[in-house]
Amino acid sequence: MKEELNRDKALSIFERMLVMRRFEEMVVRLFEEKHFYSHYHLYIGQEATGGAVIEVLGRDDLTLTTHRNHGHVVGRGADLGKALAEIMGRADGFCGGRGGTLHLTDRSSGFLSTSAVVGNCIGLATGAAYALKQAGKGNVSVAFFGDAALEEGVAFESMNIAALWSLPILYICENNSPGAGGWGSFTSSVIAAKKLTDIPESLGIMSHQVDGTDAKAVYGAVEEAMARLREGEGPVFIEAITVRWPGSVPLWPELIPGATDMTMAWDETRITGEHAGWIRNHDPVLRFARDLIADTVLTQAEVLAIDKRVNERLETARSFAIASPLPKPESAIEGVFA
Amino acid sequence: MTEMNYAEALVDGLYISMDSDPRVSLIGRYVLGLSPLRFLMERVRDAFEDRILDPPVSEAGIASLGVGAAMAGARPFVDIATASFVFEAWPQVVNEAANAYHMSGGQFTVPVVFHMLHGLRGGGSAQHSHSPQAMLWNCPGLEIVLPSSPRDVKGLIRTAVKSNNPTIFIDHSKLFTLKGDVPEGDYEIPFGQAEIKREGGDVTVVATSLLVQKALEAANALSKEGIEVEVVDPRTIVPLDKEAILRSVAKTGRLVVVDECNLSCGVASEIAAIVAEHAFGSLKAPILRVARPDVPVPFSAPLEEYITPTTEKITAAVRRGLG
Repeated sequence: MKEELNRDKALSIFERMLVMRRFEEMVVRLFEEKHFYSHYHLYIGQEATGGAVIEVLGRDDLTLTTHRNHGHVVGRGADLGKALAEIMGRADGFCGGRGGTLHLTDRSSGFLSTSAVVGNCIGLATGAAYALKQAGKGNVSVAFFGDAALEEGVAFESMNIAALWSLPILYICENNSPGAGGWGSFTSSVIAAKKLTDIPESLGIMSHQVDGTDAKAVYGAVEEAMARLREGEGPVFIEAITVRWPGSVPLWPELIPGATDMTMAWDETRITGEHAGWIRNHDPVLRFARDLIADTVLTQAEVLAIDKRVNERLETARSFAIASPLPKPESAIEGVFA
Repeated sequence: MTEMNYAEALVDGLYISMDSDPRVSLIGRYVLGLSPLRFLMERVRDAFEDRILDPPVSEAGIASLGVGAAMAGARPFVDIATASFVFEAWPQVVNEAANAYHMSGGQFTVPVVFHMLHGLRGGGSAQHSHSPQAMLWNCPGLEIVLPSSPRDVKGLIRTAVKSNNPTIFIDHSKLFTLKGDVPEGDYEIPFGQAEIKREGGDVTVVATSLLVQKALEAANALSKEGIEVEVVDPRTIVPLDKEAILRSVAKTGRLVVVDECNLSCGVASEIAAIVAEHAFGSLKAPILRVARPDVPVPFSAPLEEYITPTTEKITAAVRRGLG
């Protein structure tokens, strides 16, 4: 069943990843320009995971995400302008400004409610899997969550239920703890299990660990999982391990080590400074660009051309979001019931 | 007296609590949330390293650990962090901690403190902005503390840690930088003792937590127009100093209750009901409530502002109450 990552799919994943990266860089810029003011979380450093998982999904598969949702939502094709507008609390945002960064979601791109309560999406996605199983069309529910979500009781309860009832759910645990800071910053998860996959495995859930910065490896693992899921053989758990982007180590995201320079994918001399190690070894976007050039899927010029196109889309999205009005204050009391 | 901010006073109270009783443990990472002020806690962390646990993101786990440890003789101070996360620990707080003393026929006590940060904080959106004090008030067996000043937070935290009952200690992060005079050394503020934060003869305003400060701002503004507002701060809603509220209403004949909970079944609703029941004869005008409308908290700034109980809304309610 396992399909090789062909040229078209590789290009599609690469563009999704680049959209995620440039989107997040734009979010930081908008925050620094004071277009919004709330606490927020970025997906930088994890793009290979989201990009490859989403590539495998069909239109009617469902996704649920967390407080670190931007990459998933825009990676699945949600309108960039409406996504930025939501993060800025504007009327034209996907949720009319009611959700913001924490609850960004787009039903038309296959997302249900985005919970910002750690672990809750695991239960909600398991419920979505039950509905999809009932509908009987072979669709799959995907839960994206961080490693600390496994510290919550709801994770165990939901995975047990999914295993008992053979629900078509793909648990994508994005372990971004390696490289996290200590007390005073966003710390790593604290889980007594030696391997995170020991937890689902104890419930009989098929589980894999994969390098979350390697788009090809993630794609391979998810392809295999999907075949099993669509056959109704029960849940699958994939732990995608990434090294935390230095900008997500402080409590408030910072654009260190600066906006991504795509020429670093082939020009090592440009990689300097305190965070050179992360850029060289752990940046999934640069890594995939390097791989695609080595595989002669893309040339350096084509990488820069795709990047230019993505940046142009983001400038358009930015203009749309900034032009979008704030919601009318008195509309605050609307929208409580369907 | 020393001038310090609310966060410093809170940390001071916690430090003294841990220093004076080796049974006290702190279960929680920050206590002061994610604000830059969280580093004030380093003083406590350095001094009592062996009694501080940085837990996983496991609210149900740490809350039940707190309840169990308290029943077995420890005195845990459990930091739930954002008050909205108490819902992850709901069974442990409302169905275990609140009930254990009563349903055991008083065989043991549950001296646990659950600390949390409530309220609208700017962009917290629907899942990080709750004020769960009214919901918790509906669970007999829990003491509920809502400090409003540096002096109060230090004295109340001492009483909370010494209490033999499960105590919900609710701070508001927007109070953290508020400065005020705080007595040096150790002191306690008893539960169930309201403080008249400002005297006045025209209208009584009852408020808690951050909204005491907003009520004082409103009172100062109205004073310039010759309207004298009496601001009553219950400081604890369980136990509640009903007498202080009724005495003030007997004097002024008018009541505005200010509350950050949602309007329906909120703290303001209960206080209004108590006054209507016990002081109907003193009232010269209907009781008014200033609270959040019954809507989940929207993210967007103008929407959040629209539902926030503000100084201006309190001022307007006082004027309306005066007819």
